[in-house]
Amino acid sequence: MRRYFGRKLLVYGLTFLVAVTINWMIPRFMPGDPVQSMLARANVSQPAAVEAMRAHYTSLFGLDLPLWEQYGNFWAALFRGDLGTSIWLFPTPVTDVIIRAVPYTLALLIPSILLSWWAGNRFGAFAARRRWLDNTVLPIGYVLTATPYMWLAILLAWGLGIVAGIFPVSGGYSFAMRPNWSWEFVGNLALHWFLPFVSLFLVAFGGWAIGMRNMIIYELEADYSTYLSSLGASRRLIRRYAFRNAVLPQITGLALQLGVLVAGALVTEIVFSYPGLGHLILQAIQNQDFFLLQGTFLFIVVGVLVANFIIDIVYVLVDPRTRTGIGGEAA
Amino acid sequence: MTLRVDDLRVHYRTLRGEVKALDGVSFGVGDGEILGLAGESGCGKTTLGKSLIRMDGRMRLAGGTVSLDGAELPIGDDRRMNPFRFKRVSLIPQYSMSAMNPTRRIGRMITELLASRGESVDTAELERRLDLVELPRDILGRYPIELSGGMKQRMVMVISTLLDPSLLIADEITSALDVSTQKAVARTLVEFRDRGFVRSMIFITHDISLTYQIADTIMVMYAGRLAEKAPASVIVSEPRHPYTRMLISSLPEVGVRHAERRLSGIPGRPPALLDPPQGCRFRDRCPLAFDRCAEDPPPIEVAPGHHVACWKA
Ligand SMILES: Nc1ncnc2c1ncn2[C@@H]1O[C@H](COP(=O)(O)OP(=O)(O)OP(=O)(O)O)[C@@H](O)[C@H]1O
Ligand code: SF4
Ligand SMILES: [Mg+2]
Repeated sequence: MRRYFGRKLLVYGLTFLVAVTINWMIPRFMPGDPVQSMLARANVSQPAAVEAMRAHYTSLFGLDLPLWEQYGNFWAALFRGDLGTSIWLFPTPVTDVIIRAVPYTLALLIPSILLSWWAGNRFGAFAARRRWLDNTVLPIGYVLTATPYMWLAILLAWGLGIVAGIFPVSGGYSFAMRPNWSWEFVGNLALHWFLPFVSLFLVAFGGWAIGMRNMIIYELEADYSTYLSSLGASRRLIRRYAFRNAVLPQITGLALQLGVLVAGALVTEIVFSYPGLGHLILQAIQNQDFFLLQGTFLFIVVGVLVANFIIDIVYVLVDPRTRTGIGGEAA
Repeated sequence: MTLRVDDLRVHYRTLRGEVKALDGVSFGVGDGEILGLAGESGCGKTTLGKSLIRMDGRMRLAGGTVSLDGAELPIGDDRRMNPFRFKRVSLIPQYSMSAMNPTRRIGRMITELLASRGESVDTAELERRLDLVELPRDILGRYPIELSGGMKQRMVMVISTLLDPSLLIADEITSALDVSTQKAVARTLVEFRDRGFVRSMIFITHDISLTYQIADTIMVMYAGRLAEKAPASVIVSEPRHPYTRMLISSLPEVGVRHAERRLSGIPGRPPALLDPPQGCRFRDRCPLAFDRCAEDPPPIEVAPGHHVACWKA
């Protein structure tokens, strides 16, 4: 067991190392000069002042050092939780910008992932034993999973937002409001949250439902199900076993899909101008704010890795086969 | 008589029509009797075994009746058949290796299975039976994956017979085992019968020599019909049906498996059951065939307990 998690941790550690390195590299070798864009924005006309500012910014961002030193400093700063200073929102630290955006992304991701997984599994298992449901809803499920996140988001924004006018289509809350803990503000937050959430939920839901439906049919035809039926066990017991066993691959599926789901959330945020990490990425690109871009990516990578690790642990807890395999005590 | 099967007809629904896998089979199994079922691949042994406990979705009861302990078995009605399963008719499946839910501890699975049949576990009796088949008692706390193949096989044998059924069906349960394990399994089955865990048994295998070791009676089937049925020693020493004779004479050494092998001694192959020919189904391959064989030979009791379906018998 300890060896298993040791190995897992090593893999995650290596992934992290590679991710950080790539992360550090990309903006540095990307076209576009961030200092130049800062200066352009500052709109200073005196050449001497421009030079002074350039020197100031360059040393502030550490761009005048040799590459390897920049790399080392990057790691050192990383462990201090220092991801640099945002150019877009100068002089706010990148960490602060990210921390402000994270609640929005999590508020979209966590409910949409967990609810779609739960509801999709329930529904898929349910559909598997009703022929008419299977025949009508399954195609809808296929259409849903095949829909790119962006499309569905745009469709919903157009249909329920612009045409029907029920939901706002952009922002995390109305511009006229100041964040506070009043019911009015929370309600406003919820209203803005709804459409991005639903579009994420629906796409993921279709995928889980189809996966579950196929898995459960497979499990109901497995030998242990046949044996139980031959011994006259109740349908309920057989379904319960089948459901439990069919959920296991869905947990692995969750780990595999996590990256896709996060990417979907980022795109959806962009469509709805929702002030989460996806929105930050867009702003960072538009403003050539590579510290922010770097920081956001890094944050996402770490988040996905942590979530994967949690899923690994859950899987080991629920599937005895992995546990015995890990312990090496199988006869 | 424990089991009585009369003119049983079971068909498979296929796109090309009905495959008449059992086409009028009648026989009986007495109290305490072990009936060995033999015959070439495709003759309908599995179909017969499944018909008696649980038909799959493509099987259809086309006719005939089955009674167990004097009461009719509603084999064509899945719902009405359910109360009989496990309690009156049970089976040891061919797939013992994968018959147990991999994600449940064995003891818990047994408890849940019995509970769903309205029974509770008699722990003392269960442990006695585990001892009998030489399984450790703590096996109930383990997952199936933690058992060796032979242990799974014995565990399934214990589970299947836990409610002391009148009839036990064992279909090819030894095919995947090595010779010494095969013999141990066969001995255990006999022991189960002797101790009254099961009243009578239908033991299906390709291996006539193994059947001969444990069966009281052997029934040979051919192309969905009964060819010959007689006490085991009679089938082996004085078979009357030409097919049985060829089967016995082509018998390999005891214990040698010929599951996949066509019977070398008998040229030709059995007729297709989608549209079986008129008359004796063995006619194409029978060296003794004559005019009369264009008619169906009815099974005749040539000696007490010895039934043969052949005009030359
Ligand atoms: N699902 C099915 N659909 C159509 N025909 C089938 C099906 N299952 C079996 N059959 C046919 O029914 C006949 C009897 O099959 P069965 O499985 O009972 O044979 P068997 O005696 O058990 O053979 P084996 O010794 O190979 O196990 C065969 O001719 C087979 O082709
Ligand atoms: S009835 Fe005729 S064809 Fe059939 S086994 Fe007897 S002799 Fe052969
Ligand atoms: Mg068979």
